[in-house]
Amino acid sequence: MSTVTPSGETVTPPDEQDALTGLATAPEDATAREDRRAGRTEPDGGGRGPSGPGRLNALLEEPRRWWRILTSMRTALVLLFLLALAAVPGSTFPQRDLNQNKVEEYFAEHPKLAPVLDKLSAFDVFASPWFAAIYLLLFISLVGCLVPRIRVHARAMVKRPPAAPRHLDRLPVSASAPVTGDPSALADAARGVLRRARWRTVVRTEESGAVTVSAEKGYLRETGNLAFHVALVGLLVGVASGSLWGWKASVLTVEGNAFCDTVQAYDSFSPGSRMRDAALPSFCVQLDDFQGTYLANGQPEDFLAKVKYIQGDRAFTQDPDTEYDLKVNHPLRLDGANVYLINHGYAPVLRYTDRYGRVFEETPAFLPQDVQLTSEGAFVLPDVNQDPKSTVRTTDVQMAFTGFFLPTAPPSGPPIRSISPEAKDPAVTLVGYRGDTGLDSGIARSVYSIDQNQVDSGALKSVGSKKLSVGEVWTLDDGTTLQFAGYREFMTVQVGHDPGEMLVLVSAGFMLVGLIASLTVRRRRMFVRVTGDGELTVGGLARTDPDRFADEFQSLVERIERTAPAKEGAS
Amino acid sequence: MTDAQLADLSNTLLVVAILAYTVAMFGYAIEFAFGRKGVVASRAAAPAKRVLVGAGGPEQEEATAPPAPPAPTAGRAAWFGRFGVAAAVIGALAQLGCLAARGFAAGRVPWGNMYEFVSVACVVGTITWLVVSARRPVRYLGMFVMLPVVLLLGLAGTVLYVDAGPLMPALNSYWLWIHVSTASISVGIYLIGGVLSVLYLLREGYDRRVAAGRAANAPGFPFGVGRHLPAADGLERMTFRLHAFGFPIWTFAIICGAIWAEAAWSRYWGWDPKETWAFISWVVYAAYLHARATTGWRGPRAAAIAVLGFVTMMINLYVINFAVSGLHSYSGL
Repeated sequence: MSTVTPSGETVTPPDEQDALTGLATAPEDATAREDRRAGRTEPDGGGRGPSGPGRLNALLEEPRRWWRILTSMRTALVLLFLLALAAVPGSTFPQRDLNQNKVEEYFAEHPKLAPVLDKLSAFDVFASPWFAAIYLLLFISLVGCLVPRIRVHARAMVKRPPAAPRHLDRLPVSASAPVTGDPSALADAARGVLRRARWRTVVRTEESGAVTVSAEKGYLRETGNLAFHVALVGLLVGVASGSLWGWKASVLTVEGNAFCDTVQAYDSFSPGSRMRDAALPSFCVQLDDFQGTYLANGQPEDFLAKVKYIQGDRAFTQDPDTEYDLKVNHPLRLDGANVYLINHGYAPVLRYTDRYGRVFEETPAFLPQDVQLTSEGAFVLPDVNQDPKSTVRTTDVQMAFTGFFLPTAPPSGPPIRSISPEAKDPAVTLVGYRGDTGLDSGIARSVYSIDQNQVDSGALKSVGSKKLSVGEVWTLDDGTTLQFAGYREFMTVQVGHDPGEMLVLVSAGFMLVGLIASLTVRRRRMFVRVTGDGELTVGGLARTDPDRFADEFQSLVERIERTAPAKEGAS
Repeated sequence: MTDAQLADLSNTLLVVAILAYTVAMFGYAIEFAFGRKGVVASRAAAPAKRVLVGAGGPEQEEATAPPAPPAPTAGRAAWFGRFGVAAAVIGALAQLGCLAARGFAAGRVPWGNMYEFVSVACVVGTITWLVVSARRPVRYLGMFVMLPVVLLLGLAGTVLYVDAGPLMPALNSYWLWIHVSTASISVGIYLIGGVLSVLYLLREGYDRRVAAGRAANAPGFPFGVGRHLPAADGLERMTFRLHAFGFPIWTFAIICGAIWAEAAWSRYWGWDPKETWAFISWVVYAAYLHARATTGWRGPRAAAIAVLGFVTMMINLYVINFAVSGLHSYSGL
């Protein structure tokens, strides 16, 4: 049954089943057969006949079976479901990464349940071993499927379209017309039509003398599909490298102050597990002026942090000199780090004059508690009221103030809540304490509150409370004074570097392009046969979107027929 | 016109749109109830027949399908269907006007809060449906589309409504143009995809019950509805095409969101609740596309996954916005 084509190729006219092979591609319309050919559920890892001793094969039998199961589409589907399902608790339970405070609240509310949940990583879902297990299995399954599939596709890219099936009229769409002329000239003309429409074509001569054209189009579908999945792997690598070698930090800076890129300068610093401190780039950023603009109802309209920065070696010797408008959505991008404006608030300027006339002035940041920026904070003075003539340090005369800063105090009523986030009529309401602040113990503690234990134990005693407007002075019972001298604004910035970011972005781009190609390009085949007795038959098939292929087929057939002179008396 | 007048105009147009959609729903419903249906779609499911001379490979007309009535929707019922289309077009135009007026009133793009987001999704869904039903003979199914559109839009106009106003600073970015609009467009497309998936499931369930020999006493609710629906094949293909169209847009929306998050929140992905659910939806829709290519999963199982996908989208829109606080809390409520 075989014949020799002009090119010397031996051809066995196949049936239409073979015409179909390799045509269907995932994600749409890959049948089990194509699955097998394309890698998913490949029957045997290296199955090219019995190679190696039979014992080894028997030993490998079980792993191979598992590998087949793991790389099957069904397993991939189940893993996809598990992945979606596993992400759900990440939104129902508070997550440490997002909000540590909420996790603590949860612990307080559910003292019995929380530790159990914690053991199950319910508060670190996306860093949990079970979440990682699912996505790693999924990616192993993906790679296991992808590699053979790339091989198959690469082969298909260089291979010529398959020989025409014997019965073209059995293909999903077909047409025929009687023609006159030399079969090979007619076939060449048909081939010309297809090539102009950018089909890949090959002409073969069959035993009977009939000349066939096989044409195929739409390889980009599988190319796109593979690109999408390879890019998915790239995305994972990018995400992983970001978490290994990246770092992030946050720092609060009051107007007039600056911070430099050192671990010590940051309020919090979280390096990736493979990141070394030495990798921090050098730069300093100074906050000159923070401007918040608000609507009448208090809704914020815009935040602008006017900063100066300096980077590189100069940062060690000079002050920041390059101006920049740091805004939400407008980060400061430096070499090796980005600076993002993420929060802001007020810091009252508090001036305490002690029994010996010494003045202590600080601008402690008060943290916003509500949308009107009612802010809470503390001003702790462990070194005041010490007799300058004495060398003995007394701890019972230290001072501490805690309370609220209100950007706009209500005109009447108790000054508890601010009525606007804008500093129109700023006031502080403070409670004063005298005694041992507990700071001498050397234990590090929050600068935004006082040690409640010291108050409870009586070591720190209240000396009254007071509301102060800007400039007002509060004279305490021992004659010392506290002045609310003014206020400044502060910004909180997030600083960080993610070395995987670029890879993630590029991968995402490839994913999108690949996805569009794999969902829009249609793989299809056309076959033309011109027999010696003057019959032109055209058949075609497409697995996806047969409606559109039918239209395309019809227009191609019309064009092919136009190139062929019709037989006398027939039409 | 002043901003206040524009805002009023926008609100009036919203009412017009909801009324027009309701009228459209009734028009479509009359066609569905009284028109002769079934054929149209079975014709759509057999495209190969349109081919030239000597065409006709082995056609797989499903043997299980009941004999199709002889003529497509005809007579007076069809006029109601056309009337439904006209009303839906008017509704969509009114809604576009509503959004435009709001955009001008607030001096920004009209998708800055949840009310506007749902509104955009509804108008996209309606337009998608109008396009689909113009290209396929499925007009008489319009009722099934108008119903969720009216419900979603009515809910948006009442519960989610907030006055036109400027954006919060975090939203003040050109990415709002791209990320939110594409996310909203995906919801609109998936809405139609979800409706068609449900219809497919009904029809497929009906076919299966008939084939199982229970034809003597016709399948009851809900699968009895299937008798009046187009052939399962055609529905399934339309469902797929809508999802294949929506999925890249949804992917694009998520990627844009990530790029924006990098600029605004210092990281491209942080498992914020909204991000988590966007991821869940993406994975479920990806599972749908894969299921459709897997033996044993194609057909009703795949369609059920598509429905599940839309459920996750709705959870993300309603449950996450209200029940869970996160960085995406922009509903303005």
